[in-house]
Amino acid sequence: MLGQLGEGAKFLAGGQSLIPLLKLRFANPEHLVDLNFVPSTSFIREDSGALNSGVLRFGAMTRHAEIEHSALAKKIPVLHDCAAGIADVQVRNRGTIGGSLAEADPSGDWANALITLETTVHCLGPDCARAIPLKDFIKDAYTTALAHDELVTEVEVKIPPKGSGGAYLAFKRSAPVYPSASAAVQLTMAGDVCQDAAIALGCVGLTTIRATEAETALRGKNLNDKTIAIAAEAARAAADPQADMRGSADYKRQLVVALVMRAIQIAARRARGEQVEGAHLYA
Amino acid sequence: MRESMPATATVKAIAVHVNIRVNGKPYAREVEPRMLLVEFLREACDLTGTHVGCDTTYCGACTVLMNGLAVKSCTMFAVQADGSEITTVEGLEKDGKLHPIQQAFGDSYGLQCGYCTPGLMLSAHQLLSENPEPSEREIRKAIAGNTCRCTGYVNVFKAIELAGRNMKGA
Repeated sequence: MLGQLGEGAKFLAGGQSLIPLLKLRFANPEHLVDLNFVPSTSFIREDSGALNSGVLRFGAMTRHAEIEHSALAKKIPVLHDCAAGIADVQVRNRGTIGGSLAEADPSGDWANALITLETTVHCLGPDCARAIPLKDFIKDAYTTALAHDELVTEVEVKIPPKGSGGAYLAFKRSAPVYPSASAAVQLTMAGDVCQDAAIALGCVGLTTIRATEAETALRGKNLNDKTIAIAAEAARAAADPQADMRGSADYKRQLVVALVMRAIQIAARRARGEQVEGAHLYA
Repeated sequence: MRESMPATATVKAIAVHVNIRVNGKPYAREVEPRMLLVEFLREACDLTGTHVGCDTTYCGACTVLMNGLAVKSCTMFAVQADGSEITTVEGLEKDGKLHPIQQAFGDSYGLQCGYCTPGLMLSAHQLLSENPEPSEREIRKAIAGNTCRCTGYVNVFKAIELAGRNMKGA
């Protein structure tokens, strides 16, 4: 349908980013195709199969609030943290996971949380369906692998193994605004030893940044104050923030250090099976 | 007009028929697709209790309930609410009696200038319908999308706690 309407047409999902952009005339589409009336695009379900190899599937039009309140999504705490902290209640009631990924705002929450997991984005165009790993889906700021007439249908997330725990923390000046910086961490632990680590940083680059050096600093190591501090310093080096109204570049790097340290601590406790509440932080 | 300006004035207005129930009453109207829900409520339904504060999805003054859930009516098109049930501040009062949330905002001095109050009360409405005994932390989270520049929020928290107690007792 978008192909028929031409280059000036755009999909409208939850609209919580696109409608403000339209008002500012930053986006100026000739046609909007509203996806809100398309049936069966909002769902959360777990694939049955071997117990620990399951995946969670989120329909593209699943609202942040539905994920926040989903018992299934709570199985992956990093996703619950993310969903429960996006903007405010009103925005979470409308905004969608598929819309957030397709917009690829460098300050958006979802891409940053999902990149720490094995995430696949299912897309549908007029001719074919594609499954794209999230890391290949996000190309640049506001740029994805989607063709003009292609849309996201489903987000597939592999449920991490037992002994794995995650956390997502974002620092915001107030609820409705984008975070100043955010950190997502997923750790797989064997006792005090970190077997695997995924660390991603948001709002401090053109896309979400995988802090690979920070991950290396933890992998195979005993998790303690010293190794956590080394990883957080490596994350500071990986961050590439711009100074803006949310703070100077140095301020944001310092935020990254604090958020990564705290997220590692929460992720490690969750990996041990503890129930820890993680939440977005406000200035 | 500068050439770079969007040529919205020259676009031929298209009218779309919508049926939206507002506070239990059906409103059938012809609207432009780009009309915002808040404009529909204020201009097409003459329900001016819903306020436009920032018009940038920040302040929450325009909060209404759509099928029971709080939404910012400045960040939705009216055509998107076609077929849904909207509740605005005008719909809270029943038979000349204030809703317990309205009563509690008055009793607890939960408002000063009142501009943000309709939005705050509808956010409180969703909270209390899901959780009649919210903690202060839960109240803070529920109204984080509503900006008040007068009260400092303390009396707003008190009002929502009081409303919850009164609604439970009712």
